[in-house]
Amino acid sequence: MNGLQVVFLLAALVSLFSAAMVVSARRMMHAALWLVLTLMGVAVIFVTLQSSFFAVVQVLVYVGAIAILIIFSVMLTRRVMEDHGDQILPGWRAAGLVAGLLFAIIVGFLALWQGFTTMLVELPADADNLLDLGQALVSPQGYALPFELASVLLVAALIGAITIAVDRKEDQHG
Amino acid sequence: MSSAFTPEMWRSIFPEIGLLILAIVLLVFDLIWLKQPQMRARWLGWMTSIGIVLIMGISAGISMPQGQGSVEWGGMLRFDAAGFVFRMIFMSAAALTALFASQFEALKKRGEFYALLLISTLGMNLMASAADLILLFLAIETTSLPLYVMAGFLTRDDRSVEAGIKYFLFGAITSAVMLYGFSLIYGLTGTTQIYELRSAFQAGNLPVGLAELVIVLVLVGFGFKISAAPFHFWAPDVYSGAPTPVAGFLSTASKAAGFAVLLRVLQIAFAGQGSLWTVLIAVLATASMLIGNYLALAQRSIKRLLAYSSIAHAGYILIGVAADSELGTLSVIYYLIAYLVTNLAAFGIVNLIESRVGSDEISALAGLNRRSAGLGLAMLAALLSLGGIPPFAGFFAKLLVFAAAVERGLIWLVLVGVFNAVVGLYYYLNVLKVIYLHPPVEEKEVFPPTPAWRIALWVCLAGILLIGFWFAPWYSLAQAATSAIWIY
Repeated sequence: MNGLQVVFLLAALVSLFSAAMVVSARRMMHAALWLVLTLMGVAVIFVTLQSSFFAVVQVLVYVGAIAILIIFSVMLTRRVMEDHGDQILPGWRAAGLVAGLLFAIIVGFLALWQGFTTMLVELPADADNLLDLGQALVSPQGYALPFELASVLLVAALIGAITIAVDRKEDQHG
Repeated sequence: MSSAFTPEMWRSIFPEIGLLILAIVLLVFDLIWLKQPQMRARWLGWMTSIGIVLIMGISAGISMPQGQGSVEWGGMLRFDAAGFVFRMIFMSAAALTALFASQFEALKKRGEFYALLLISTLGMNLMASAADLILLFLAIETTSLPLYVMAGFLTRDDRSVEAGIKYFLFGAITSAVMLYGFSLIYGLTGTTQIYELRSAFQAGNLPVGLAELVIVLVLVGFGFKISAAPFHFWAPDVYSGAPTPVAGFLSTASKAAGFAVLLRVLQIAFAGQGSLWTVLIAVLATASMLIGNYLALAQRSIKRLLAYSSIAHAGYILIGVAADSELGTLSVIYYLIAYLVTNLAAFGIVNLIESRVGSDEISALAGLNRRSAGLGLAMLAALLSLGGIPPFAGFFAKLLVFAAAVERGLIWLVLVGVFNAVVGLYYYLNVLKVIYLHPPVEEKEVFPPTPAWRIALWVCLAGILLIGFWFAPWYSLAQAATSAIWIY
């Protein structure tokens, strides 16, 4: 086992553990902080895959902007968001069993595949991911259409969020 | 990588550009009429609907795909007759829904509602013509996200909020499972292009069962969109809680979009695994028909009844998919066209009755024929069409689906289907009994139907009758779409 594998294993374990803590932490604030750790773990995995740009974006956008926004909104709505009652479903054991079983099946099938044991291939030092990515995103023969669609999706999400959040005073009855 | 745009590229996404511009125009008018709610209530629905019809007309003129179709935008988009026919289906549903919404007090003044409706339709259009898994996933999300908001649009109404949240949570989970499937597809084959996946799967030297496992994961997401059992749990609560025009849109356009994707992905990308997924789809079809029809028997709310009936109809349509033949695909598209007008009419009438009586119980329909003979007749046509009685649209649709299954020797599936159609007929007739034989209930408020609502209902009724009587144009539309999918 080389150093890279150790780093990957550590990062994967940390992200998995903190992801589990996000959903099981009792207080919203704690869950938000665990989320930051999960996102950091994912950033480290990007680094081990030599995609430094994605690692930076992950830290800047997800940790720096989105997680902070979540923390702010948790702080501002603390009174409303206090949890009442049990947060664990009565049938969680059965659900966990089924999920674990499905996961085992998927991994079992994947293990039969020849690609499963492929070692990490190191990129050549002069490979410029960033340039390719930038060109692919705006090239009409590349990903220009999905890129534009993503912006439409974000606009729709913005309109939707405002619609839900703003309570118009006009008559609104069901 | 060439960086030139060709006119063909713009032609291939003309309807989507049109819808986006229309959405922006609506938002601007929403702002101009900020202080005049009555202007918004009167005109926004009309503007949406007329705008969509204009876009449909212009795209039929200038962006009709020629011949076998082509692949545009660097392999992202398939510009063919199948995409064109499905686009027409989605946009008709959106135009009718916009008109029906103008009968709904809380929706008709809201420019955002119409804008979200248009963006959701845009997503569906791209779902039907996506030739790449990345664009497909984004299109599915662009369709779903506005629908979540539309289902929970009445933020002061607990049932609507519950519908929105339930739809969102189910949608998010099934999307995640589907995306996991997509990522495995990419990992196993190294391509996201739907039209290259078939050969990639054959060349990939995959162990037995892996491709099949991926199909199961992907089917979770598609099964949710078409509300097939066992991914149907959201449907009854969402249909009964969401504003009625939204429920109508969900049960027709959103379902049709799911089927468009299902046909293209299964029959093109997974053509090599046909023997497995036809069995899977047949099982889903059986489960949907049984669960939908039997639970519908016990419903007291008409919206929940229509929700379970819509699950059952997903089952009938899946029979056509399970046939995995040209006739099967044709029958699916024909069924979707017939179901569109029928179910929109049913939800449209329920919408009016709900606003008058203030309840969505089946008993609210009691004596409808004496309160308004025309409405009674319209509901009769819609329910009999849902039940598959000639001469209404639903009859030919069911006939074609069953014929496709017989052609492929799936006799047991046809038997299940026919048996279920009889059960379905029972509860549709039960509703008709309430409409025609029970003493009329008192109407609290008499809202006269708006002209927009009337026109939408007339269009739906004309559709139900025309699709039932005048077979040829619809058949040839479905035929064109089918041959575009089956040239591969």
